Amino acid sequence: MQKFLSSWWGIPLSAQFGLLVITVYLLLVALAPWLAPFGETEILANAYEPWSSTYWLGTDSLGRDMLSRIIYGARNTVGIALIATLLAFLIGGLLGLLAATVGGVLDQLLSRMVDVIMAIPSLIFALLMLTIVGTSATSLVLVIALLDSTKVFRLARSVAQSIVVMDFVEAARLRGEGRWYLMRHEILPNVSAPLIAEFGLRFCFVFLFISTLSFLGLGTQPPAADWGSMVRDNATLISFGDITPLLPALAIALLTVAINFVVDWKLHAASGLKD
Amino acid sequence: MLDNILTIRGLKITAKIDGIDSDIVHGIDLDLKRGEILGLIGESGAGKSSIGLAAMGFTRNGCKISAGEIDFDGLDLARATEKQKQNLRGVRIAYVAQSAAASFNPAHRLIDQYAEAPLSHGLSNALESKQEAIELYRKLQLPTPEEIGFRYPHQLSGGQLQRAMTAMAMSCKPDLIIFDEPTTALDVTTQIEVLSAIRDIVREYKTAALYITHDLAVVAQMADRIQVLKDGRAVEMSETSKMLAAPQEDYTKTLWAVRNFQRREKAFDPKDIILSLNNIDASYERHGPKILNDVSIRVVRGQTLAVVGESGSGKSTTARVLCGLLEASKGELVFNGDVLPLNYRKRDKSTLKNLQLIYQMADTALNPRQTLLQILGRPLEFYLGLKGEEKNARVAQLLEQVELEPKRFLNRYPGELSGGQKQRVSIARALAAEPELIICDEITSALDQAVNESILNLLNRLQEDLNLTYIFITHDLATVRAIADEVVVMWQGKVLEQSTTEALFSPPYHEYTERLLSSVPQMDPQWLDELLLQRAKAEAI
Repeated sequence: MQKFLSSWWGIPLSAQFGLLVITVYLLLVALAPWLAPFGETEILANAYEPWSSTYWLGTDSLGRDMLSRIIYGARNTVGIALIATLLAFLIGGLLGLLAATVGGVLDQLLSRMVDVIMAIPSLIFALLMLTIVGTSATSLVLVIALLDSTKVFRLARSVAQSIVVMDFVEAARLRGEGRWYLMRHEILPNVSAPLIAEFGLRFCFVFLFISTLSFLGLGTQPPAADWGSMVRDNATLISFGDITPLLPALAIALLTVAINFVVDWKLHAASGLKD
Repeated sequence: MLDNILTIRGLKITAKIDGIDSDIVHGIDLDLKRGEILGLIGESGAGKSSIGLAAMGFTRNGCKISAGEIDFDGLDLARATEKQKQNLRGVRIAYVAQSAAASFNPAHRLIDQYAEAPLSHGLSNALESKQEAIELYRKLQLPTPEEIGFRYPHQLSGGQLQRAMTAMAMSCKPDLIIFDEPTTALDVTTQIEVLSAIRDIVREYKTAALYITHDLAVVAQMADRIQVLKDGRAVEMSETSKMLAAPQEDYTKTLWAVRNFQRREKAFDPKDIILSLNNIDASYERHGPKILNDVSIRVVRGQTLAVVGESGSGKSTTARVLCGLLEASKGELVFNGDVLPLNYRKRDKSTLKNLQLIYQMADTALNPRQTLLQILGRPLEFYLGLKGEEKNARVAQLLEQVELEPKRFLNRYPGELSGGQKQRVSIARALAAEPELIICDEITSALDQAVNESILNLLNRLQEDLNLTYIFITHDLATVRAIADEVVVMWQGKVLEQSTTEALFSPPYHEYTERLLSSVPQMDPQWLDELLLQRAKAEAI
């Protein structure tokens, strides 16, 4: 605990803020059923009830509790984005390291495949894929992961390529080490910093991408709560001077800012610059 | 005092180390007359470079001049404004860095970089400065002086770049030039060309110079006076000839140490060949030029075999072929009586274990994200199957063998070690495999004299204890004399001769070997003049 505290105070203030916000979001994701006062899809009252002691943030266009929907929305939006990004890094990172380590034909094959996928505008590609495989949460995650893994692949490959030529990797090869060991123990620790930083950025992009898809009707499907579609559904309230519909948008903005604070801190550490 | 161009009094430089301010230079006094060359000598960490930079009123990141005066022609640089200093730098004070290759901007032609300072200070126009550059290139004996300036830095060799950099420093006819180890990274035959070029031009322009180096023999050729430094303190100072004839301080005497290093006689059986290379050819591209041409070398068990030659002679390529990193296109490798596969991927674990390679640059040879425990533990686990406590105990033992205290070092990362310590860890990693043969590729050339000596001592001791065989690749003949039993001289990818060390260092010499031997700087201040004279005569005939 003491070690944690001392390292915690070594982090810049902005990153501390970012980490706190992210922790709160993750708690929302994990504990949504216990934290939310009402169910996700329960219709409780009239549409557009104002803020009250029962419905803290009022109700939405169908009379569902806004607060509960925002809390559940974290689960759908953040959860899907998180899983999709993790999967993208698993696929892209692994293949990127493999391409850099093995080189030759495998590298060419993978890189050209990635080029082909990247040549198609990703929104159109996603729409196409989702139309074919349907719009379940699983297929949403898989399609986004596939699209984003190409970008991760490129980054992982190029960073790893500059490490692969180092003497210590050659020394490990000479020792007779296998590919997995080279990738896991010699190369990965040296490329992890830029990959972590990229993870934060990617996560934001995936997040926004899901909102875009939801807006087009191919993202999270109703009645599940999703911050992107919540803004759209309740937008009419804004003309009556009510800020409630902006709250999900604020939740998106806050998370994006928080993640970027952490990313900045990581990038700074990875660049090896002193203050 | 009046004819001094530079007067330093009580100079203190403070650096932040682990967050604490500590002095790295403790009150140095220096006088430099106009047109005089002062040699600053000492091992790494002696503060030579810091003093050299301070002479321009500059300090490295994290350092500051905390006390003292630096009087350059009436201006105190320790207190001058940044603007005043900028007006001096490049115009009246110039600096030649150790690695010219890293100091030039790779994207601009040399002559444009030459003209930068005179143009920005309004001393001449583009056309004039180009003509001056060509003139200087000629004086510095660069090949094709009219054209060489229009090349990019990567198109020149290290020695040529170092001279081009000296030309650049001369561009504004400065009163003072600071040379920071300008020849340290060069091999002996190139070093001579650069030394004589620098010396002639400095004499001709009557420029004062601070010449920083760790090599006494080099400074003997260049300097009028020598200042010996240790740990940021002045040790002694006198005229070059006096200093060489009769050094007063014990510390100065130890700077000679490696040159007097004596190897112990060993007994071995000349018929017991551990490794032989038979008629090896190798090239980097399939039908490219041969880097190795019909190379045959025999290595006797328990011996140290040195492979010498200047850069480009193929000595490092020989090491890569031995390790199987570069597949030989022809020929055969025999190790312990068995023919080895030419590609390391096809070799079995026990062969890989028995043939270990130590790299020149310990910086890049150790994974910066692994602790010493991980670095040394892996070969133990991989080759010998050691685990847990047993492994940790052996790692501690290995660290002790290379004279590093296990308690302090086990959990450190390579970034937290000095250059010499890193090289010791590299040696320990090779030892961890319990090999029969270790290939050392220029392992001491990036280290300074005193550290160098301790590494050589360590290798010698390990050889006796563990009956190791070394192949020692180097361009430094002093090292060869110190450590080798047999020597292979290489030139342009061919083996010129293989003989015992005694035979090599006594006449009659092979023609190229003689050139190599005579290029090693001697402690005699007249040596460079005499050598150049001799070579000029020989060429005239």
